[in-house]
Amino acid sequence: MSKLAQILTANRLRDGEVVYWRDGAWVLSLAEAARLGDKDAADAALKLAGADVADRVVVSPYLFELRPDGRPVKEREIIRAEGPSVRRDLGKQARHVPV
Amino acid sequence: MSLIKNGAFAEDQFQSIADDAPLPANGTIVSLARFGREREALLARNAPLGVRLKSEESPEALGEDVHRLSVVVLEFPKFRDGRAFSWARMLRTRFHFEGEIRAVGAFLYDQLAFMARVGIDAFEVRENFTEADFARAMGEMSEVYQPSADGRPTIRSLRARARSLDPTPPRP
Amino acid sequence: MYRYDEFDARFVAERVDQFRYQVARRLSGELTEDEFKPLRLMNGLYLQLHAYMLRIAVPYGTLSPRQLRMLAHIARKYDKGYGHFTTRQNIQFNWIKLVDVPDALADLASVEMHAIQTSGNCIRNVTADHFAGAARDEIEDPRILAEIVRQWSSLHPEFSFLPRKFKIAVSGSEHDRAAVKFHDVGIEIVRNDEGRVGYRVYAGGGMGRTPYIGHVVGEFVERSDILAFLEAVMRVYNQSGRRDNLYKSRIKILVNALGADEMRRQVMREFEELRAAGTLEVPGEELARIARYFAAPDFGAPTDDVPEFDAARASNAAFRAWSDTNLAPHRAPGYAIATISLKPIGGVPGDATDEQLDALADLLDEFGVGELRVSHEQNLVLPHVRKKDLPAVFARLEALGLGTPNAGLVTDIIACPGLDYCDLANARSIPIAQRISERFGDLDRQHDIGELKIKISGCINACGHHHAGHIGVLGVDKKGVEYYQLQLGGSGAEDASIGEILGPAFGEHEIVDAVEGVINVYLERRERSERFLDTVRRVGIEPFKARAYAGWAFHI
Repeated sequence: MSKLAQILTANRLRDGEVVYWRDGAWVLSLAEAARLGDKDAADAALKLAGADVADRVVVSPYLFELRPDGRPVKEREIIRAEGPSVRRDLGKQARHVPV
Repeated sequence: MSLIKNGAFAEDQFQSIADDAPLPANGTIVSLARFGREREALLARNAPLGVRLKSEESPEALGEDVHRLSVVVLEFPKFRDGRAFSWARMLRTRFHFEGEIRAVGAFLYDQLAFMARVGIDAFEVRENFTEADFARAMGEMSEVYQPSADGRPTIRSLRARARSLDPTPPRP
Repeated sequence: MYRYDEFDARFVAERVDQFRYQVARRLSGELTEDEFKPLRLMNGLYLQLHAYMLRIAVPYGTLSPRQLRMLAHIARKYDKGYGHFTTRQNIQFNWIKLVDVPDALADLASVEMHAIQTSGNCIRNVTADHFAGAARDEIEDPRILAEIVRQWSSLHPEFSFLPRKFKIAVSGSEHDRAAVKFHDVGIEIVRNDEGRVGYRVYAGGGMGRTPYIGHVVGEFVERSDILAFLEAVMRVYNQSGRRDNLYKSRIKILVNALGADEMRRQVMREFEELRAAGTLEVPGEELARIARYFAAPDFGAPTDDVPEFDAARASNAAFRAWSDTNLAPHRAPGYAIATISLKPIGGVPGDATDEQLDALADLLDEFGVGELRVSHEQNLVLPHVRKKDLPAVFARLEALGLGTPNAGLVTDIIACPGLDYCDLANARSIPIAQRISERFGDLDRQHDIGELKIKISGCINACGHHHAGHIGVLGVDKKGVEYYQLQLGGSGAEDASIGEILGPAFGEHEIVDAVEGVINVYLERRERSERFLDTVRRVGIEPFKARAYAGWAFHI
């Protein structure tokens, strides 16, 4: 049970790109992702994402928490949203995808 | 569920019976546990008999009795549980079992060729699986590197055969 | 090196078609992800943090110029212009797309390469001494056996759904450069009292959550019996390895639960049956046939006295520094083994660009080196270089950024991709390697410290082999924040040992200081020409512990 807002993320099946849930669609940037404020919203999103798994759009959807200031709790999610910290010329950070 | 035996759909000559259910008159498959409890009575029956092994049950538990069975059923509780590959191979190469080895449970199309190699000759498959699917699975890899229960010639022996026809050594 | 014949070529081509069909069935929905995952893993395809990652097999770490050029092509066409060499002598591409993988595999098949069994619960890439065929102390080239084991283990019908992964390594020298005692099965080529060559087989070694050193299960296995013996070990493992707990399913757990004696007994039982059946016998002519592929090139030059080499050392300080550290004695007079460091100061360990790969292929051709090796310490090796060519070779390497003179020194760090790339990681490892490398970048300081193997893993899976590091660092996650545990005294060589943890984990901004602290203790306490590892073994970890935690508020 989480008191913090959550974000739903997954990887695109065909190319592995990291994507985030926003109102029934998948966006490339963490900044544009839907903030799921309570358990009901998070559960509902996860359930809808299941349909996209079955439809071969994405794989392995999961929820992660945000701190009150909006930053992901886990370092892993920051790296996943930007790209490798040791290659700033690669990944979303290099394509100027807003984080 | 349908049964594919030797590459073609076949009538199942057996009924798989629960531990506490009465035995039918003809071909019967029981669990290893039940076989252990009712061994004499089961072997005395004048009807084909089979035993169902869970993935953690080795055919060693059957011992010499295996030669009195018409079929051994190997369960795949999850496709990742690969113990049955060893059980099938053991039945063929250690016990020289010549009856049917039947696979049931959660195995994949992509495991069929391996299963056939280790001596499984009957497969309980889902409804929309076809003989063409089975044939395709068997044919995906033309040759094999290592020996197994199927006795297929290995690439090494095929090479030796090819060399005896043309003894020019390969360039290093 | 081994060359495919029509059978090998057909095998990899059919495997590509098989995978193409699997991908099609995944995209159509006929296979769920749960069903597809073990199949794609058996073709080396992971889903990582940012993208899919493809791990391509480099059998016993040997690559031809043609293969290097293809890897460069793969990097350009399907990835982002670089690849990463791993601690199992393989190469990984981090940005591959699922839909492109069948085509990439088809390209690889055209140069006798594949990604078969580089992941999954099956027998993985067989690794071997990266100095094979060149080392002075070699009894026999371990790649001969490694190639025989590779073929036997490829799509083995009985052992493709093991409880867990299975890693085999072969060493052909007294000095173990393949870390065989840390493998599920490790094989040492040995000579018995009669002078006959055979194999000592270890089982149950491993890194990971619970590291173990392998136990001898076969003291002297005859050459002709080796596949029967390995099959026996695999039978015992497949039947009895645990399948109820992911963290207890490696063979090391089984060997330690049964005890070495009972393990040997069970293996011998299967082995006797297999040997009697005879189907796995390796005839002398097959060994000889495979051995011919690895026959030493004609080395020619009769003398080890090479004036050009000596002159270059005298006149070129950079060449002198590099030849001091990066060369190893070659069995042939007039030759050397050269290590190409993929650890530029402050760089990402183990990475190479497409340009570097192409240039290395050219280098191999131009200087007649024949092949390149990948070491399990994430460096590359030129196994046969004429000493008189070394100055020119070095100049080319230097121009490519591949001339760092730090083989085996403190900045020659082994690091897994860690949280920058890997879905399984708890912490980043590459930045720690970079900062340690920068802290100790001064060459004089590196030489003063001498041989020091630092190994960094970003999680308990230990792909950085931290348990075998003279200094080992393990990244851990504490409430979403990266911390680093320090251990000392590990070794992956024939004197295998598992490092001892010093104490509580260090924060990201403390770990490099802690490493520097323990290195200072070594410099203060070393006797004669002891290496760091020797001092740790002699004095124990207490003095190192005290220094690493000096300034912490509580007494450790």
